Amino acid sequence: MLVKRAKLSWLERLYFPALLGGLKITWRHFARTLFKKAVTMEYPEQRHQLPAGYRGAPYLVKDPDGNTKCVSCQLCEFVCPPKAIKIIPPGPDGQPPDRANAEKMPREFEINMLRCIFCGFCQEVCPEEAIFLKEDYSLVGLTRGEMIYNKEKLLQLGGTHHGPIKKWEQKLREARAQEAFPVKQG
Amino acid sequence: MDWDFIIISSVKIVCAVVALLTMVAYSVLVERKVSAFIQDRVGPNRTAPPLVAAIPVIGPFLVRLGIFQPLADGLKFILKEDFTPSHVRKIYFWLAPAVAMVPAFLTIAVIPFGSTLGKQNMVIADLNVGILYSFGIVSLAVYGIVLAGWASNSKYPFYGGIRSSAQMISYEIAMGMSVVPVFMMVGHLNLSEVIQAQADGGWFVWRSPMTFLSFVIFLIAAFAETNRLPFDMPECETELVGGYHTEYSSMKFALFFLGEYAAMIAVSSLMVVLFFGGWTLPFFGLNQPAESLGMGLLHIAIFLGKMLFFMVVFIWVRWMIPRFRYDQLMDMGWKRFVPLALANIVLTAVWMWWMA
Amino acid sequence: MSAPDLLFYLFAGLTLLSALLVVANPFSRNPVTSAMFLVLTMVFLSGLFVLLHAFFLAAVQILVYAGAVMVLFLFVIMLLDVKEEERRRIKAFSLGLGATGVGGLFLLIVISIFKGESGAGGYPRIEGSTFELGRLLFTNYLLPFEIVSVLLLVAMVGAILLSKKDLK
Ligand code: SF4
Ligand code: SF4
Repeated sequence: MLVKRAKLSWLERLYFPALLGGLKITWRHFARTLFKKAVTMEYPEQRHQLPAGYRGAPYLVKDPDGNTKCVSCQLCEFVCPPKAIKIIPPGPDGQPPDRANAEKMPREFEINMLRCIFCGFCQEVCPEEAIFLKEDYSLVGLTRGEMIYNKEKLLQLGGTHHGPIKKWEQKLREARAQEAFPVKQG
Repeated sequence: MDWDFIIISSVKIVCAVVALLTMVAYSVLVERKVSAFIQDRVGPNRTAPPLVAAIPVIGPFLVRLGIFQPLADGLKFILKEDFTPSHVRKIYFWLAPAVAMVPAFLTIAVIPFGSTLGKQNMVIADLNVGILYSFGIVSLAVYGIVLAGWASNSKYPFYGGIRSSAQMISYEIAMGMSVVPVFMMVGHLNLSEVIQAQADGGWFVWRSPMTFLSFVIFLIAAFAETNRLPFDMPECETELVGGYHTEYSSMKFALFFLGEYAAMIAVSSLMVVLFFGGWTLPFFGLNQPAESLGMGLLHIAIFLGKMLFFMVVFIWVRWMIPRFRYDQLMDMGWKRFVPLALANIVLTAVWMWWMA
Repeated sequence: MSAPDLLFYLFAGLTLLSALLVVANPFSRNPVTSAMFLVLTMVFLSGLFVLLHAFFLAAVQILVYAGAVMVLFLFVIMLLDVKEEERRRIKAFSLGLGATGVGGLFLLIVISIFKGESGAGGYPRIEGSTFELGRLLFTNYLLPFEIVSVLLLVAMVGAILLSKKDLK
């Protein structure tokens, strides 16, 4: 496609209108910043108001009774696109789980925060609602090793999750509310 | 040899160089602050040496102003790794930053930055050919850039060097010819005489349309000579990565950086002297050389104030207009400004003949 | 020996040295190095002018030669990317021609030095004053001035003609 070059008038060719326009714009911004306020945020002191549903770093949560919810099913490890999660299951003679009705509990659970892309697949796939993307978005560390968060750290950062433990019950309730649940009730 | 002269001159030189270096450092700060404000940002506002920040009201205010930022910048430049790529031509690679830095400093030798302080004239060397000297020295500044581009031995710096050599020569001609009308009116090439003439007959910017035109051409050529936007072709980061200083790091890069600001200061002072009456102000008797110490200091302050104004103009224009294309730049230099400056000279000659 | 004398010998020596390094540099056959030494020669030469109190000439020397002409030289050298000059075999004919030219010039200078009466010497009057300079150029030295300007004009027209590829 050919774009016709606009014919400039004599005044425009002198370049002065452009200069004045530039001066006007720059002065407007300068004065606004000087007398009112800069549009930028002074970051470490001021933080963003994060919207609900923000997807930050994934952490493990505990239920209100203080039990580890994760049952070491390794679905999140499997689904994680950049392979950031590494789970070591307890094995046959491992430590028993915190809570009743759970088969097992991970012996070790690591998320490499340098690899994690905050995609939220782990939260989506987790059958036990044990992992959530929380609101942390600036993670820092001095070494690479420091950026691999282990189970204790993840649990501590994740805190307690209030709400129904069983994900499928909630799904059912939600679906009923929408009256479009495809699965038959038993 | 006259020992008094040597000692006083050395003192003046040391003072001027120290003042210049400080101004260079702080003009970087001004540049950062003004740029930030124009872009709705706040600019550097955090650097705080331990003790100062503890002073109640003033400390935090100074920190917000970024007063200590240049110190931190300087420290950073010194501490960074000085990297010399293996493919460069070593001798010229080392020489270029120094060559880029020196001319700007030499230029201030002839600039009268104040009237008198005590019995001393506030100019390091009151040369009778002051303006030719400063143009000559300014014209040497191009070597730093050309050599840097060539010594880097890689393609983008090389383009930067080539561009700057062509650009500097072109605009030097326009610049040199633009000031001829001023000297036709003054009748002398000494910069102190130029200031004297302006004290007697009004600043040259307003004196006549011709000198105003001179000023406009000089201003534009000054932008091209100091490689400032909109004419910063040699470093043009959108096309040439970083232009001639792409391969430089650490203190060597800093020298280019400082050289650019020193050149801006030198050209600003030249403009103040040639067109804005130097250290004079047309009221309160500030036109006459100072008798008392206070007046002398006031004159220096006036000079610095005017110079600062031009520094801000330099910085401001950077955000006002986008960069030119290289062929437009050359077109403008040779086809507009050189003929215009020539016509200006002829016009001034006719005018002076008419008046006489 | 007073300070100006000392400075004269210093500048003269440096001028000769760097001029020699322009044409016969044992360390580098690089054209850019030669050009840079030529710049140095110009600068030292203007130092000599300063010692003669010819400030105007000194400033113009730096402004025109070091600042403009040599930059153009560098520009062309870099643009054409002149490779390191390999040692050419010098032909006897061209050697003879060169020697005759240089020798003749040298002889001319020597003769004129010995023929001329050395004057008392003095400081030039015109430095810095544009009135004086203009008056001298357009009265005493009008003919040489005009001849030089015509010469420059002819050279310029010639250069433009030569650089134009397709002449009509
Ligand atoms: S958020 Fe995505 S990338 Fe991060 S651990 Fe979960 S699945 Fe992996
Ligand atoms: S966090 Fe959820 S998906 Fe991952 S292993 Fe534990 S229970 Fe399974």
